[in-house]
Amino acid sequence: MGKHLFMGGIHPPDEKKRTAQLPVEVAPLPERIFLPVSQHIGAPAKTAVKKGDKVLKGQVVATASGFVSVPIHSSTSGIVKSVGPYHHPMGAKQLAIEIEVDGEDLAAEPMAPIADPLNADPNVIKSRILEAGIVGMGGATFPTHVKLSPPPESPIDAVILNGVECEPFLTADHRLMLERGDDIMCGLKLILNIFGLERGFIGIEKNKPDAIAEMARFATQRGWCDIRGLEVRYPQGAEKQLIHAILGRDVPSGALPMAVGTVVQNVATAVAIWEAVTQGKPLIERVATVTGDGVNEPKNLLIRTGMTLEHLVTQAGGLTDDCQKVIMGGPMMGMAQHTLEVPATKGTSGVLCLPASQVRATGHRDCISCGRCVSACPMGLSPTTIFNLIDKDKVAEADEWSALDCIECGSCSYVCPAWIPLVQYIRYAKGRVMARRRELKG
Amino acid sequence: MSRTFFITSSPHVNDGDSIFRIMWSVVGALLPATLWGFYLFGMPAVRVTLITVAAAVISEAVANKMRGRADTTLDGSAVLTGLLLALNLPPSAPWWLCIFGGAAAILLGKQVFGGLGHNPFNPALVARVLLLVSFPAFMTNWAVEAGYLADAVSSATVLGEAKTFLMTPALGALPNVNYLDLFIGFRAGCIGEVSTLLLLAGGAYLYWRRIITIDIPLAFIATVFVVTTAAWGFAPDKYLNPMAHLMTGGLMIGALFMATDMVTSPLNTKGRWIFGFGCGLLTAIIRLWGGYPEGVSFSILLMNACVPLIDRYTKPRKFGFVAPAKGGE
Ligand code: SF4
Ligand code: SF4
Repeated sequence: MGKHLFMGGIHPPDEKKRTAQLPVEVAPLPERIFLPVSQHIGAPAKTAVKKGDKVLKGQVVATASGFVSVPIHSSTSGIVKSVGPYHHPMGAKQLAIEIEVDGEDLAAEPMAPIADPLNADPNVIKSRILEAGIVGMGGATFPTHVKLSPPPESPIDAVILNGVECEPFLTADHRLMLERGDDIMCGLKLILNIFGLERGFIGIEKNKPDAIAEMARFATQRGWCDIRGLEVRYPQGAEKQLIHAILGRDVPSGALPMAVGTVVQNVATAVAIWEAVTQGKPLIERVATVTGDGVNEPKNLLIRTGMTLEHLVTQAGGLTDDCQKVIMGGPMMGMAQHTLEVPATKGTSGVLCLPASQVRATGHRDCISCGRCVSACPMGLSPTTIFNLIDKDKVAEADEWSALDCIECGSCSYVCPAWIPLVQYIRYAKGRVMARRRELKG
Repeated sequence: MSRTFFITSSPHVNDGDSIFRIMWSVVGALLPATLWGFYLFGMPAVRVTLITVAAAVISEAVANKMRGRADTTLDGSAVLTGLLLALNLPPSAPWWLCIFGGAAAILLGKQVFGGLGHNPFNPALVARVLLLVSFPAFMTNWAVEAGYLADAVSSATVLGEAKTFLMTPALGALPNVNYLDLFIGFRAGCIGEVSTLLLLAGGAYLYWRRIITIDIPLAFIATVFVVTTAAWGFAPDKYLNPMAHLMTGGLMIGALFMATDMVTSPLNTKGRWIFGFGCGLLTAIIRLWGGYPEGVSFSILLMNACVPLIDRYTKPRKFGFVAPAKGGE
């Protein structure tokens, strides 16, 4: 069991009952898909098709444009209708490839399966991961091949798969662990091989005893990892908190997990890696939970990238009349969307629909210094102080109070009785602090 | 289908608490002690309480109007300030003192600083100390004219008698106290401070609701206990028994309800322990060696003034601050 407790954190109701027991259903093909060329952190992919082109499922439609970039593949077959700015989950419109789906779902010639994958050369595996366009599927969407290629001065001696899924409402990883346990295990083994390690860890919150049992079964069978049942506390699934809980290592402020010899990957990413290696399948599909009291029939769906939210909520019985907020991701860190025309991407772990009655009021009071945000912050920051400083434009001091260490988990806003959108202010503070640091350097 | 949706920054949920709920919960937690005060001291106590609360609420409304701010009149904070002040007044307080106090608490204690959240000092205590230095005679008139306690007890307080004896031994003796009476609250004093039992019950409720934390009250009360025990152990014929110190004066209401005021106490636990300790130390020093019999209000105000400093030097320990432990496991 995970033995180290991280500081702070909160206990929001987990809200997972709606979908935790529902097997993943395959979402039918829509009439149109929209593939943003930026579905990952880093340089957007370069468009490789033009209007009128016929594309096949799995075909590359945009190529990686640098080391921190990955290709985008078409998630079904059809005709390219347009290439231009389109709604993007992150807010502003971004370049996307619109494909009119032909319904045939014809696959392109797949990448050749790698023979004897568990003994394959790590570099072959890594380049396959890049070719398949795999990114962190827990929501961060950082290109996986980059994460798996740390510089030589940061040797890796621990690999953790993240099956925590601490965001309320979401059950996509939970279902994946129940339905694809062995694939997760094999994906983990491939990652372990890259670093020449024998055993890894899978961290799962204790509110998913069935997933823990299922993964433990495969762990015993395969002998490649230890399963760690973790305390149920948000944000248990945040990288630094997870590493702390399982290994007792604290990633230093401003550093990446590799600084403590650790690599963390999401369980869904492990499955994607296994499929890419053994079936030559690119990342065009994933499990997402469509849930909340704002949809009629919450579901776990196997979705293709590029499907619009409209299509996804339709599969879940459509929005209720009083649905007032649609969030891509979970309630703590997800992004509110202004339209259902937004497409799902590689990082879409869920679509949360909230009825008016559950939508937080806006408008806040002045801080009453209750200190709850301070106790809740898993990074040991003083959110109210950073908020106060940036509100007064004191960027240098906000930097001194470590604004950049904020992981934007939302715990502080969650507990604030004055309803101050602290994360929003701190996000702004981070932007200002970074700009200032650049200025000082340049 | 073209629907518009609500856009806000994450997180999209919260724990449902609000300033409104916090303030009214504290008011609720004070109700048993308040009703006990009404029972002990009768109609005069009811009158003092109603007038003070009304003065505070009306002042809040007027201040909001004048400053053109959102209406916070009924968010509970003005009611709470008025109530806390009333509970710290003697039942004999004249009506004009109540009005003056209630208005001063809101206007001088809070609104001049910019309203709730901006006041460095607990508003009720600001008003109480203002009244105490301006109208000492009215503020220490413990005569009880009505209610259960009418004419039943001596009109001096335990702390007052102890102080008189300490200063001029010829004028009196250490008061004889019945601890059970003190604990339940059969004694003269301010309206709301007398029942240790009911105040503890209210404090326990607030702790359970996570509105107060244990740090301040515990550090405060324990420090008073330790220091007064030391003095008493040293000269038991001169100083009051420490148990009497805990259950008399305004220690309980101060430690549980005033020192714990969120706005005017430190942000994090380490700071709050220091704050509570400081309150306790100052209270004990004033009670034992100062010119006033009671020192809870002064102590809390003095420590309120130290809060920015305490907050500055008790930055929480940042995650990842320690060097990573290589090798793990
Ligand atoms: S300051 Fe950042 S890390 Fe801390 S609770 Fe708020 S969002 Fe989370
Ligand atoms: S939780 Fe809100 S009200 Fe409390 S200290 Fe933090 S910012 Fe201020």
